[in-house]
Amino acid sequence: MQKVSEEEAAAGAQRPYAEGSLLSVAHLSVDEISRILSETDRIRSLAPAERSAILRGRTVALLFYESSTRTRTSFELAAKSLGATTTLVSDKSSSIEKGESLKDTGLTLRALGAECIILRHSASGAPFVLARETGLPVLNAGDGMHEHPSQALLDLRTMLTRLRGPEAAKAVDSKALAGVTVVITGDILHSRVARSNAMLLPKLGARVILCGPEKLLPELALGLGEGVEIERDFDRALAQANVAMMLRIQRERLAGLELDLGDYIARYQLNGERLAAHAPKALVLHPGPMIRGLEISDEVADGPQSAIEEQVAHGLAVRSALLARALRAGAFGKGNA
Amino acid sequence: MSEILILNGRLVDPLNNIDEPKDLLLRDGRVAAVETPGALKGAAAAEVIDAAGLVVAPGLIDVHVHLREPGQTYKETIATGTAAAAAGGFTTVVAMPNTVPVNDTVEKLAWMLAPERGSVVNLVAMPAATVGSMGVEVTDFEALRAAGAVGFTDDGKPVLEDHIMRAALVAAARVQAPVSQHAEDTRLTGGCSMNAGPMAFRLGLRGMPVEAEAKIVERDLQLLREIEKSEGLRPHLHVQHVSTTRAIEAIRSAKREGLHVTCEIAPHHFALNEEAVGDYNTHAKMNPPLRVEEDRVQMVEALLDGTADCIATDHAPHAAFEKRQEFERAPNGITGLETALGVALRVLHRAQGLSLSRIVQLMSTTPAAIVSLAGRGALGVGHYGDVVLFDAGAEWTFDANASRSKSRNTPFDGAPMLGRVRYTICEGRVVYRG
Ligand SMILES: [Zn+2]
Repeated sequence: MQKVSEEEAAAGAQRPYAEGSLLSVAHLSVDEISRILSETDRIRSLAPAERSAILRGRTVALLFYESSTRTRTSFELAAKSLGATTTLVSDKSSSIEKGESLKDTGLTLRALGAECIILRHSASGAPFVLARETGLPVLNAGDGMHEHPSQALLDLRTMLTRLRGPEAAKAVDSKALAGVTVVITGDILHSRVARSNAMLLPKLGARVILCGPEKLLPELALGLGEGVEIERDFDRALAQANVAMMLRIQRERLAGLELDLGDYIARYQLNGERLAAHAPKALVLHPGPMIRGLEISDEVADGPQSAIEEQVAHGLAVRSALLARALRAGAFGKGNA
Repeated sequence: MSEILILNGRLVDPLNNIDEPKDLLLRDGRVAAVETPGALKGAAAAEVIDAAGLVVAPGLIDVHVHLREPGQTYKETIATGTAAAAAGGFTTVVAMPNTVPVNDTVEKLAWMLAPERGSVVNLVAMPAATVGSMGVEVTDFEALRAAGAVGFTDDGKPVLEDHIMRAALVAAARVQAPVSQHAEDTRLTGGCSMNAGPMAFRLGLRGMPVEAEAKIVERDLQLLREIEKSEGLRPHLHVQHVSTTRAIEAIRSAKREGLHVTCEIAPHHFALNEEAVGDYNTHAKMNPPLRVEEDRVQMVEALLDGTADCIATDHAPHAAFEKRQEFERAPNGITGLETALGVALRVLHRAQGLSLSRIVQLMSTTPAAIVSLAGRGALGVGHYGDVVLFDAGAEWTFDANASRSKSRNTPFDGAPMLGRVRYTICEGRVVYRG
């Protein structure tokens, strides 16, 4: 018998959600993370014809209550590359019935043949409702201020590839990111990307430093778990960073919180000068969409330390594996994976 | 009329300082005799209840329930809500006014209390403190009091404006009834759906700060002071569902100071903390929200040391479809009438050693006093024959599907309970047999 750690036990606890769902990174054990990464790598290595057989004849619905070109396109292309039929339901196309409950919309999609639903929703926790009510595997593509699990997994793969090499991105254990410090800077309070990363990366041994002003980063953030720290001084945080992850700042939020834009830029913008002075070797990440000139400067976004474009490519790959996992296909369809 | 003889039970009647074996005779809806065991042997009675092994106590009284009638009878009716009350050992419940329409006139109050509504226990009500509970104009306390109002409240929301709350306290003092305040500074809680704390941060939900409760409590206590000084009146403030350390601290010191303040704590606030929200469990969503463990411990402490005057359920039924949606969209509130005693006995009696007498005091004697119910909350000769008989040692599991309420929205489904109600008798009629 393999010894099951407490964390593994908690992550593997019985839940009223279909196997293959990904609602929160908190549900993922290190073993599961490792399986997702190895399947990501395996799918990447397949010839297009082989790849497109994995989900042939399967139907995936994308249910988007918030617009998101980046995430939606990424999931959609991932599903198509595996041969799945996709159907997009979004409030933009007004195909979401006005006033219809999430439960009823989900049940309709299921009745139409959807075997998995990818959900983007403005309400934190909405994917849990959908998964409970439909019994289908649900992939959380971003829910309110809560989580964005696939983004954290693609960030992980980006870090592993750049810091440890492509081989290291094929499998992980709880020490895969030992000695790595990831600084996440910006509007942590409203960021689902920050929450998912801060809960995922410490599982693999990383140290996560959150950085930002009190109004965007309350002390409560320490409750995200062990391995998470707060450093208000950006330069001091950067000096410790192996990875600098910048988050988008929405102007209207700064105004609402009475934060001065100029002051914010002066204290927290990642620009060339700052990067050279404090973190000349750190990897720079941004989940996008970026606001150049605000949280990040042009020369950094396009500079040699930036892996922002690679993140997009890793996103496509990781999401393919998540879809295979959701539909118990590919390596996840064999045995007890 | 009918007689019920209750033999061999353990009578727990805090008001009369009794906790010993006694036999009881109920006649014509009243207590006709309370005697040492055996003394009533010769009495003829239509029904004889062998209460061996059972606690015999004055029927429980809940000063805070939402029965949803009129207007939202798909959630609950007066008949179903009071049936749930009877199953929970309650013989009197106080209906809150946030029905549709709001209970804010003598006519609406009379309609609610009419026998046609089919209440199976003694039903009383607190009408709205302000017209439509809009917080602008105080209702006619004098007329409403004469029509049976036992207090005034805008529950569901606070009376926010200082001068309106002041006017309500003054008017209530003149008719000798409490103003029952839902203490929430709604200027601090807009868009919030749970307690502000680490759990809310993790779940990405906006949190209600503890200050929102404390600020209103502190403001109201200040109003009591001012009114006592300037008007020569002694208004009674009753603080509903206290949930935070800071608010209970304010009440504790106000009591020491001698102000006329009472308060209630709901079973969920002394039994659960915010962790119960788990994966966005809407059955753990209510207002005020479940707080952190330290607050829960302080609520227990307040019940033990007497700062908290009573336990009230804030029974708030909602239909399944309303709770089965996004956490932020789901309405606040949980049912509570059938689990209050079982939770109180488990958490306060067994785990904390609080005596049965104190439990009965918190759930019957003192609630009766808070809303001035003459002849209830005790079992002396001449009192109403409102009696609950329960097996204080019985362990059982609550099954929401077996509830008599129309709704099932409880975080206690499948939870262990201590103490099972065997009989509930209201004014000499058996209204529940368990
Ligand atoms: Zn209330």
